[in-house]
Amino acid sequence: MSTASSGFKLSEWIFSTDHKRIGILYLIGSIAAFAVAGIMALLIRIEQSAPGPTIVSDVYTGGDQYNVWLYFHGAAMILGFLIPGLTGFAANYLLPLMIGAKDVAFPRINALSVWLFWAGIVVALMTFIVPDKPDVMWTGYPPYSVTTAGNTSLYVFTVHLMGFSSILAAVNFLVTIIYMRAPGMGWNQLNMFVWSCFTALIIQLIFVPVLASAVTLLLFDRYLGTHFFDPANGGDVLLYQNLFWFYSHPAVYVIFLPAMGIFYEIFATMAKNPIFNYKAAVYGGMCLLVAISGEVWIHHLYYSGMPDWLRLGQMVTTLLISVPVGLMTISLFGTLYKGAITFNIPMYYGTAALYLLLIGGLTGIPLALTAMSVHLGETSFTHAHFHFIMGIFATFSVFAAVDFWFPKISGRMLNVKQGKIGFWFNFIGVNITFWPLFIIGVEGMPRRYWDYSQFPAHFAGYHKVATIGAFIVAIGMVMTISNWILSAIKGEKATDNPWGSNSLEWTHTATPPGPGNFPKPVTVDANWTPYTYK
Amino acid sequence: MKRAVSAMVLMGLGLHAAMAGAGEKVAMPDPTASWNHLWYHVLIDLAIIGIIFLTAGLYWVWKYRATRPNQIGEGPKLSKIGAISFAVVPAFLFMADDFYLAAKGWTVWNEYRNVPRNAMEVKVTGSMWSWAFEYDNGVSTTFMPDSKEGEGLVVPVGKPVVLRMTSTDVVHSFFLPDYRVKEDLMPGRVTYLWFQPNKEGETIATCAEYCGNRHSFMWTKVKVVPQAEYDTWVAKQKQGAGA
Ligand code: HEM
Ligand SMILES: [Cu+2]
Ligand SMILES: [Cu+2]
Repeated sequence: MSTASSGFKLSEWIFSTDHKRIGILYLIGSIAAFAVAGIMALLIRIEQSAPGPTIVSDVYTGGDQYNVWLYFHGAAMILGFLIPGLTGFAANYLLPLMIGAKDVAFPRINALSVWLFWAGIVVALMTFIVPDKPDVMWTGYPPYSVTTAGNTSLYVFTVHLMGFSSILAAVNFLVTIIYMRAPGMGWNQLNMFVWSCFTALIIQLIFVPVLASAVTLLLFDRYLGTHFFDPANGGDVLLYQNLFWFYSHPAVYVIFLPAMGIFYEIFATMAKNPIFNYKAAVYGGMCLLVAISGEVWIHHLYYSGMPDWLRLGQMVTTLLISVPVGLMTISLFGTLYKGAITFNIPMYYGTAALYLLLIGGLTGIPLALTAMSVHLGETSFTHAHFHFIMGIFATFSVFAAVDFWFPKISGRMLNVKQGKIGFWFNFIGVNITFWPLFIIGVEGMPRRYWDYSQFPAHFAGYHKVATIGAFIVAIGMVMTISNWILSAIKGEKATDNPWGSNSLEWTHTATPPGPGNFPKPVTVDANWTPYTYK
Repeated sequence: MKRAVSAMVLMGLGLHAAMAGAGEKVAMPDPTASWNHLWYHVLIDLAIIGIIFLTAGLYWVWKYRATRPNQIGEGPKLSKIGAISFAVVPAFLFMADDFYLAAKGWTVWNEYRNVPRNAMEVKVTGSMWSWAFEYDNGVSTTFMPDSKEGEGLVVPVGKPVVLRMTSTDVVHSFFLPDYRVKEDLMPGRVTYLWFQPNKEGETIATCAEYCGNRHSFMWTKVKVVPQAEYDTWVAKQKQGAGA
């Protein structure tokens, strides 16, 4: 895995300013977060498999245990796994290679970003050590987060560290993309993944400070006695919810955009096709999505007592998201049209992504309708919706990215058989897990419940099926991740460009790329694109 | 005022279809029935879009498998007009569907928010972790999920009920799954929801906004009874309180 030829030295990794090593550090951290959060998911699912205490001690303290698992699962999956996995690992490793640059614009700031991210992981993991474990969910709504006996400061500091890390990364990569493209490389010749990160990072830069300020006010209310969110003293609980979702809705695009970018790269390479209607996807899709992203947060507050005109106005803006997302989807599907498709592990995930994108995206439409969401919101329907689009579509994109660029990163090929079996476990498992939750969600099963004795007895059957599904996924994940580790050590040696891609990271670098990335400086001409196959 | 603003927003966006939808008169409003009806329409809408895309995607994946090594794709190179039409036409189709759904959703939403004049009012207070109800006639009730003691919410059949709600501590949400409605309660604000209990029987309301340890247990019985039975119940409650 090492990019230097001599043996392994830990300090060479910790103090590295090489974007490729930093990317790998991000990957290791985010997979660690994913693993711990995944174990939490299994605990949650076991608990929900039957009404009444299953693994928690009893009905009075059960909530205290369960809520900590759920807090960690949600916070770690989003802040510790998906965002750093996509805009940390994938962006770091790939952006400079794709634009023909030697490194990022500010390599030392890049190192600082990954240190902050690791510090965030450590603070998040302290959840399991402190006596007053945080239990505020990844949303941290006051007044509960202010009055709970749990440790809200761990939540706030995790958000701060991850937030600073991603603001620095956003500045760094935006400057890199704007100023360090290979001579001759115009904006319309960029990789889709580069565009997807460019747009996602603009969102990061604009909105993360809002989240950071919201949780800072929370910290003040909790520990310094201020009253920003305390109505008894002139504050307002809804202020927090508005600030939180003003960031956190756009944040789902910080995840969604690079996930799409990865699948564009895989489709174009495996189908040996140009991107279908590139400009429509970039400008009408990605850029328009950024423009709309800040005007839809009220769809998370449809039943929070907001003024009616706001609930209706943002119902319309939320529905209009279908325009940019639809254009991106047409372009993604169209890239397969008349292609010459080779099937391998990344393309298995790609094919699944077609289906996951549709299920996840379309189930968002009822939730966008104010009148529908007053029933479906906060139920396991919502929960299944966001797992399809984030917990599965985006998670599969990270897995597909590692599988696709694995030969470049490690210099070795994956074990194909193990990768494909792992894929089937993952794919079948997630369907068994989340379809039952759609169904009982429509019947009213609320989110964040560990007991549901007040509901009809048949809910338990659906929950049991979902729990079995989760264990099937767990087997798939273990197979997938162990495949990376084993193949990195003793996989078959890879050639420089095993997929026959036309993108710079495959055509112009060694495998794995050495320090400085490109043996000779790269220039491209006006006819070059990463997708021009001849 | 609020309606004026929302009407302006509407017209500003050019949603004439939605305006027409919002103006329709419904004889006996029943948001629950309207929800079920809308859900059915939305499902059909989603199924059509989903099936078109999924069929195309899976068919292409299967049809365009490479048949020889080093084969190159023959994906179309769009002309300028082709590229623009492939953006503008789908964009308008998506928008048409959006406005169609928005108009339908808007109509149902108006039902949810316009409380009928004859509605019976009950005050609801949420506290960690129980519900308390106060009726206009002075009766007040509560419900203990653990012992299942207490009356919970009792209402006469056929009469719309509006709940005016607030919280004494953290955010809760009063969720009536069978009536397809919920609304949050929070300290410092009063929120409302209404429902039309058309069928006698017992159902539940349960908390739908995370509120800590016993969030899963924060539920209450909701009983819909004939008017006569309701009247005797009220009398009995008053007596009980007086004694
Ligand atoms: C297949 C693996 C997974 C399983 C079985 C799983 C299961 C669950 C379960 C059971 C809940 C709690 C439901 C409730 O009590 O309401 C939950 C919540 C959640 N999950 Fe997952 N999950 C998985 C993967 C993921 C991934 C990859 C993400 C990444 C985005 C994710 C993000 C979340 C979030 C944000 C919540 C909400 C937490 C909250 O309510 O505060 N999950 N998951
Ligand atoms: Cu959102
Ligand atoms: Cu609650």
